[in-house]
Amino acid sequence: MQQLLNTALGGLTLGMVYAAFALALVLIWRSTRVVNFAQAPMAMVTTFIALVIVDAGHSYWLAFAAALASGLVLGAVVERVVIRPVEGGPEINAVILTLGLFIVLHALAAVVFGNRYRSFPAPFGVRGIEVGGTTIALTGFGIFTILAVLATMGLLLLLFQRTDIGLRMRASAFNPEVARLLGVRVGRMLTLGWALASLVGSLAGLLIAGGSLVHPGYMDSVVVYGFVAAVLGGLDSPFGAVVGGLLLGLALSFVSGYVGSQLVALAALVILMLVLVLRPGGLFAQTAARRV
Amino acid sequence: MAALRTRAAGWWSGSILGRHLLVALLGLVVVVAVSESVSDFRNLQLASMAYLGIAAGGLTVLTGLNGQISLGHGALMAIGAYTTALLLDDREASTPLPLVVLAAVVVTLVVGIAVGAAAARLHGPYLAGATLALAVAVPGIALYFKEQLGGEQGLRVVVPDIPTWALDLAYFVTGQDLTRSRYVAYLAWFTLIVTFVLLANLSRSRVGRRWRAVRDDEVAAELAGVRLGRSRVSAFVVSAAAAGAAGAMMAVTVRLAAPSGFTLTLSLTLLSAVVLGGLGSLAGALIGAALLTFLPQVVTDLGVDAGLSDIRAAELAPLVYGVVMVLVVLLAPAGIVGTVRGAVLRRRGRSAPPAATTTGAAADPTTSTSTSTSTDAGPDPGASPGTSTDPDSTATTTSKGSTT
Amino acid sequence: MLTVTDLTAGYGPVRALDGVSFTAERGQVTAVLGANGAGKTTLLRTISGLHRAERGSVDLDGERLDRVAADRMPARGLAHVPEGRGVITELTVEENLRLGALGRTGRLDPADLERVYGLFPVLADRRAATAHVLSGGERQMLVVGRALMARPTTLLLDEPSLGLAPRIVAQIFELLRGLVESESLTVLLVEQNARSALSIAHHGVVLNLGRVVADDDADALAADDQLRHAYLGF
Ligand SMILES: Nc1ncnc2c1ncn2[C@@H]1O[C@H](COP(=O)(O)OP(=O)(O)OP(=O)(O)O)[C@@H](O)[C@H]1O
Ligand SMILES: [Mg+2]
Repeated sequence: MQQLLNTALGGLTLGMVYAAFALALVLIWRSTRVVNFAQAPMAMVTTFIALVIVDAGHSYWLAFAAALASGLVLGAVVERVVIRPVEGGPEINAVILTLGLFIVLHALAAVVFGNRYRSFPAPFGVRGIEVGGTTIALTGFGIFTILAVLATMGLLLLLFQRTDIGLRMRASAFNPEVARLLGVRVGRMLTLGWALASLVGSLAGLLIAGGSLVHPGYMDSVVVYGFVAAVLGGLDSPFGAVVGGLLLGLALSFVSGYVGSQLVALAALVILMLVLVLRPGGLFAQTAARRV
Repeated sequence: MAALRTRAAGWWSGSILGRHLLVALLGLVVVVAVSESVSDFRNLQLASMAYLGIAAGGLTVLTGLNGQISLGHGALMAIGAYTTALLLDDREASTPLPLVVLAAVVVTLVVGIAVGAAAARLHGPYLAGATLALAVAVPGIALYFKEQLGGEQGLRVVVPDIPTWALDLAYFVTGQDLTRSRYVAYLAWFTLIVTFVLLANLSRSRVGRRWRAVRDDEVAAELAGVRLGRSRVSAFVVSAAAAGAAGAMMAVTVRLAAPSGFTLTLSLTLLSAVVLGGLGSLAGALIGAALLTFLPQVVTDLGVDAGLSDIRAAELAPLVYGVVMVLVVLLAPAGIVGTVRGAVLRRRGRSAPPAATTTGAAADPTTSTSTSTSTDAGPDPGASPGTSTDPDSTATTTSKGSTT
Repeated sequence: MLTVTDLTAGYGPVRALDGVSFTAERGQVTAVLGANGAGKTTLLRTISGLHRAERGSVDLDGERLDRVAADRMPARGLAHVPEGRGVITELTVEENLRLGALGRTGRLDPADLERVYGLFPVLADRRAATAHVLSGGERQMLVVGRALMARPTTLLLDEPSLGLAPRIVAQIFELLRGLVESESLTVLLVEQNARSALSIAHHGVVLNLGRVVADDDADALAADDQLRHAYLGF
């Protein structure tokens, strides 16, 4: 019973992070039809920036803000410099570019920051909270994680649904040509979309890293989980990505707790394959999936 | 009319098979000549180049001919390598090597069918994502089944003794004794040549034409009766099988199958090899493999000279691959082989202009290498997904299509 | 007044427009007619900056319009209702309309919204619905209404009658004619359906294979039997 509860709580926390990461992937997919696999090393690099700031003796929160800001900038720069030239071209070129970027950022981080594991601080306790004499697996940092992701999602929702700029961004994603005719600077909106997605990715990176170890590859599996979560939710739906992330977090937490942590990635692969075979349009697809 | 065309096609493919075999034979001669004149250490490097080349060749068929991406060829190699290791676990293991390689190919093929049937059926990023998951998942399996798969340490591979006939033959042909490293290099290169001949013929066959048709224009291909899903899955499965053979050769070469040998980086650098060489060209895959094998040493030495620690300097090679990969897509999407071919064709074209130039090439001077001599090119070159070069064709089709 | 001079454009080797010149007067509807593939859509796309001209110029009320990016056109007073799928189906009706207003001034004037709802009461009833659920006629009203949200001086319409019942077409054309007179709009109306287009147009331009083959008053075009048989099909 105790273990069941703790596994579920751990899954919930992790699921929140996967949800955030999946959301970042979906935002970019919706607007530019690219799955940004480089989201993982991009988040990793910003986390290392935070680590450098913390190591220099500054506060966690300064580092936190700096990482998010650098995520924002990195996303914008990547879209402008790397992705823009191939936008509207063959899909495969953009994918190859994100993978090239993946390799570059990985290697760059290893050269600059070194290849070993380093511990990353957490602003809140990473021990379980005591409730009535027993310790449950919900940590102070875990609560912060959940709240931070929820707040981010709320803000994004407000931005997209309630502001003019959000309306412009959605129009650019859904129908760039018509948006352009209506006076929307589509290019800027895409850049902004990448920047925001990258910021959300950085947040996920910081939350995974808190109270744990980081190295250049520490986000690699997270991009897989984010992708699986996004596909669970239908790849096009931000809401689906969030639900998919939570479900996946729970499922993987149970695999890790009851089977073995080494098989978590395999479980994610199996879940992905099952979804693709049974419900290729995602769990919430109303119509039968597109065949092509 | 149709019968005539079929017969003509048959004659053509016969002649192409002949040409491929001739190239293969020449390749074999070159391999023997090179292998005999270099050290044991270099022979092991040659073997590495061969297994990377096999995997890259498989990947180039998938990406260049079918327009799909696999981020899991490293993991598929791992499956081939572990199969090999399980079959060659001690000197008494009596399975003959060809059977071992075949087994490695078959096991990888089965995994390829499972993953491919789930993901490659669908259009979009699903195969890339699923193979990425595969790349991340596979090392975990080896760690979980510690007893059977050796955990972190991995499994030793015991290469069987060199058969007497091979020793005799080698002595007869070269006048030198066959060392183990040289034997391994021969094995790997022989496998590479066989794989490449098969891949080259497949890509020229009806199956290969379908792959290209799907890549170039899905709608047109479907109208022409091509089953899109099936065609995508078959391209992936063939590609996976090649990765299995590569894994077997890797196991034989490094005599170890361990999780650390099959990181995500391996999968990604294989992709970079394919991009560097030029998507879709087997020759390009080989060039890419050569770069993967020989560049790290050079770059790492430079890094150490520049004052980096060994460990950090070792990361310079992937850095170079990544940067070059990005630059290739941005500046010369046809890759090394395609760009050189393009330059040659342009030069030739000046004296005798090609009969038909596609619009894609005309619009893009950096890649204007496109002369549509092949009948299987899509009807609308503007819609062709990707930068693609057909293996062994004299013409390369490179179009930056607009999807609007 | 919209003046097109020697406009030439194409797709690779295909010449879609070949030295097209004509003038569309302010306060008039100018019909652009021609068979499938005549170059009508390309003409509108080139005017509004979606497609690049190889040669020639476009003038709107004395200002050069070529070289102006498509997304700056609303600010110049030009609205282009594209062929076919102009509705952003994922947004609601009202969001589509709001978007129309943002292009010109960057701000929404509620009075504009009320005016469009007044012109098209159906849209008012469905303002919160996703545009996806609208019928073909309702979509056409939405895109016309959305174009009006930017208070344009010049309106480019690409086959607004496509797939609509004659009664709806008549309704939309009626409204258009009214707007042209009340707000002295310059309207460039691309149509397959030459007869009904000429019935509301003041002036007409006939394209064939990217060239202007006739340029005259609407009545004169409608009366020219030879032209009607050769290019207009009625
Ligand atoms: N994206 C494109 N790529 C290549 N050729 C094109 C493209 N769009 C149009 N064309 C060609 O340009 C010519 C003019 O096309 P356009 O769409 O302007 O004709 P249209 O008069 O609008 O026809 P319709 O009445 O059918 O809409 C045609 O020959 C067409 O095939
Ligand atoms: Mg048209």
